[in-house]
Amino acid sequence: MGTKEKSLTAVAALLLGLVFFVPIWTIDMDAPQYPEGIGMEISINKIEGQKKNDLLNINGLNHYIGMKEITPESIPELKIMPWIFAFLITSGLVIALWGNRNALLIWILLFVLLAIAGLVDFYLWGYDYGHNLSDDAAIKVPGMTYQPPLIGTKQLLNITASSWPGPGFYISLISMGLASYAFWSGKSSSKEN
Amino acid sequence: MKPIDNKKRRTWWAVPFIAIIGLTLYGCPSQQNLAGSSDAAQKVYVAPGEHDEFYGMFSGGYSGQMTVYGLPSGRHLYTIPVFSQAPVSGYGYSEETKPMLQTTHGFIPWDDAHHPEMSQTDGVPDGRWIFINANNTPRVARIDFANFQTAEIIEIPNAAGNHASPFVTTNTEYISAATRFSIPMDEETLENQDVSISSYAENFKGTLSFIKVGEEGEMNIDFQILVPGFNYDLSHAGKGPSADWSFFTSYNTEEAHTLLERNASRNDKDFIAAVNWRKAAELVANGEGREIPAPHYRNYMDHNEQRAKSELVETVTVIDPIENPGIIYYLPTPKSPHGVDVDPSGRYIIGGGKLSSVLPVHSFEKMIEAIENEDFEGEVDGIPVLNYDSVIHAEVENAGIGTLHTEFDGKGYAYTTAFISSEVVKWSLETFEVVDRIDTYYSPGHLMIPGGDSMQPEGKYLVALNKITKDRYLPTGPELFHSAQLIDISGDKMELLLDFPTDGEPHYAQGIAADIVKERQIRFYQLEENNHPAATKTEADTRVERDGNNVHVYMTTIRSHFAPDNIEGIKVGDKVYFHVTNLEQDWDVPHGFAMLGARTAELLIMPGETRTLVWEPQKPGVYPFYCTDFCSALHQEMQGYARVSPAGSNVPISYGTGN
Ligand SMILES: [Cu+2]
Repeated sequence: MGTKEKSLTAVAALLLGLVFFVPIWTIDMDAPQYPEGIGMEISINKIEGQKKNDLLNINGLNHYIGMKEITPESIPELKIMPWIFAFLITSGLVIALWGNRNALLIWILLFVLLAIAGLVDFYLWGYDYGHNLSDDAAIKVPGMTYQPPLIGTKQLLNITASSWPGPGFYISLISMGLASYAFWSGKSSSKEN
Repeated sequence: MKPIDNKKRRTWWAVPFIAIIGLTLYGCPSQQNLAGSSDAAQKVYVAPGEHDEFYGMFSGGYSGQMTVYGLPSGRHLYTIPVFSQAPVSGYGYSEETKPMLQTTHGFIPWDDAHHPEMSQTDGVPDGRWIFINANNTPRVARIDFANFQTAEIIEIPNAAGNHASPFVTTNTEYISAATRFSIPMDEETLENQDVSISSYAENFKGTLSFIKVGEEGEMNIDFQILVPGFNYDLSHAGKGPSADWSFFTSYNTEEAHTLLERNASRNDKDFIAAVNWRKAAELVANGEGREIPAPHYRNYMDHNEQRAKSELVETVTVIDPIENPGIIYYLPTPKSPHGVDVDPSGRYIIGGGKLSSVLPVHSFEKMIEAIENEDFEGEVDGIPVLNYDSVIHAEVENAGIGTLHTEFDGKGYAYTTAFISSEVVKWSLETFEVVDRIDTYYSPGHLMIPGGDSMQPEGKYLVALNKITKDRYLPTGPELFHSAQLIDISGDKMELLLDFPTDGEPHYAQGIAADIVKERQIRFYQLEENNHPAATKTEADTRVERDGNNVHVYMTTIRSHFAPDNIEGIKVGDKVYFHVTNLEQDWDVPHGFAMLGARTAELLIMPGETRTLVWEPQKPGVYPFYCTDFCSALHQEMQGYARVSPAGSNVPISYGTGN
């Protein structure tokens, strides 16, 4: 790996530091009685309402249909994810210093696998919240489940739920892209040599 | 009857008013249907979901409240409880709001609220607060625009009737108030005396009060000026060059005490009192004036604890113009003047001679000159009376009959209501000639232009506040609500756009651009900032405690249940305090609390707020309570039971939710 590839790898790793500060996913909910909208922002270490009390109010709505309360403190992923990103950043930096292309490939593959695992986990989390409803819910609509879409928009009773990647997700994609570019450009330069 | 002491007052102004009144009282049939044009309809149309351009804050008159309308649509948006109990929210019934209505006469749950007046900065309404007077038991209230709730009420001692109130100075340094009725006051203590009413001329006195407004809006009576025993009617502060002065109209300078409709209409001129409040305030600050006992209540909402508190203030400072010359002068003004209004430039002081055929316009500049030249035509109780001819700037001819109040459009025109001839008359502040007039339906008192009594009127709309409504709307029996009429004043000709019925008496109103107020709105109270001593911030903390015969229920509400919702162990003879905290943190989700047999009203509890209802059950049984404000699909399920056992029974206190 040349200097260019090494620096690109370092940038790809360091870029991931930004993921600690911005949401990785957002869920918007639109309903007639919430003219200003209501929604959640999911970060790697927390889930917050878009406005100060949105989470409280979402939980208030969810209790009618028997959904579990969303309590960020009790979600283990939010404790694990920061460590995963910390690992990716440190290992990425080590690889950048070391300059080993194979290690870089492993790093990229690992990153992609982790991202896929994250999406699968998020889907399962949504599935659990949307399907695992309390037996004594006040409102029961036969056949109705309330799983938010993994990505895209879905009508849930009177609420239009939209789920889209947040800035953190795109930062991760850019990081992956930079690392891949470093890998491939390293390959071609090694051929010439 | 004792002959009236004339005190050098001359009688120049003999006008045959009674005949005019007789001729015009039944005039003006409303054959015209001016608002029928689609053009007018378009101008007042505010599409569903759109907001009005202005807030109109109308007094409720004898309802004791303030009503909020959107303009130009005339939509009734809200009613703010001020001086009267309001079952709709429990204002004046709940333990937290009852202190607001405390006076030295005891708890007074009603008043006659006349003049809303907005706080100003640099002579322009700033959207912080709006003040309103209580005419009957003298009080002034301050309402906060952040939540449209009454934040403070101060009682005014040494006053009887509080009509010329509450008018603000250009930076809300002071709110002025004046006694409407003079009363016999002890020379030293100003205490109301037990004397013969026929001794009016010797014993009766009045006061003008200046209430200082603090940074947070808190009010205290800085000083009162002792004045002769006339009736004081209305007021306005000066602005620009006249900003240090306040003007008060007076009538009954005859000092009559019976059948005033005749006996107080004899003098051709009464007075506008010009008060140099800046000078008076300086004198008082330098130790002039004397502090006398004058117990009066200041009631204010403690925002931290979310409950009103009453504080008894023991004294007030009184300043006597005889000992302190230069703080007050009289401007002779024809005849029984009612309104007094100062134009946006602060140069002209316009009296509304309710029995006069001309509308007098005094010049502030000439007034100062006359004071400097000691151009006095006499004095009353040590107060110099300026020469009418020296201070009058112009007399507007044909300004209607029974001219009362004037507001301004900021474009060089003044608009005056004429009560008897039922019209609004537009005249020029340059030529002092009438340029336009429009009929009103019927008998307008005040009129309002947003900012129309400030230095920066928004001269687009005018609202005439009418006393009589005959034939304007579908009849509702003998009583018809008063009406407000919206008039377009943007062009050369005034155009009637809309009329709409109002609640109580829309005595006076103020208008302000909606945007200024909208940005100050609180949407709900932060639960973590609720320091009410009986607040319960989580369901886990809800409980019922017995303390002798008092039972305290610390309850929470959230869509759509109460906690606790089953309570047992209450006995006949107990006093049960329901301290209810609304745990919601969302806009427009209040919960109500109503208890069968409670001798108060419901509670309406805003999100994040705590309110307390006292219930004294009379008979054993199981009593339901429920939420009154439709809060969710399961609102009807939002209910609970309290079990009441006979006195002396031994059912233990128990409570729960969801078992
Ligand atoms: Cu409710």
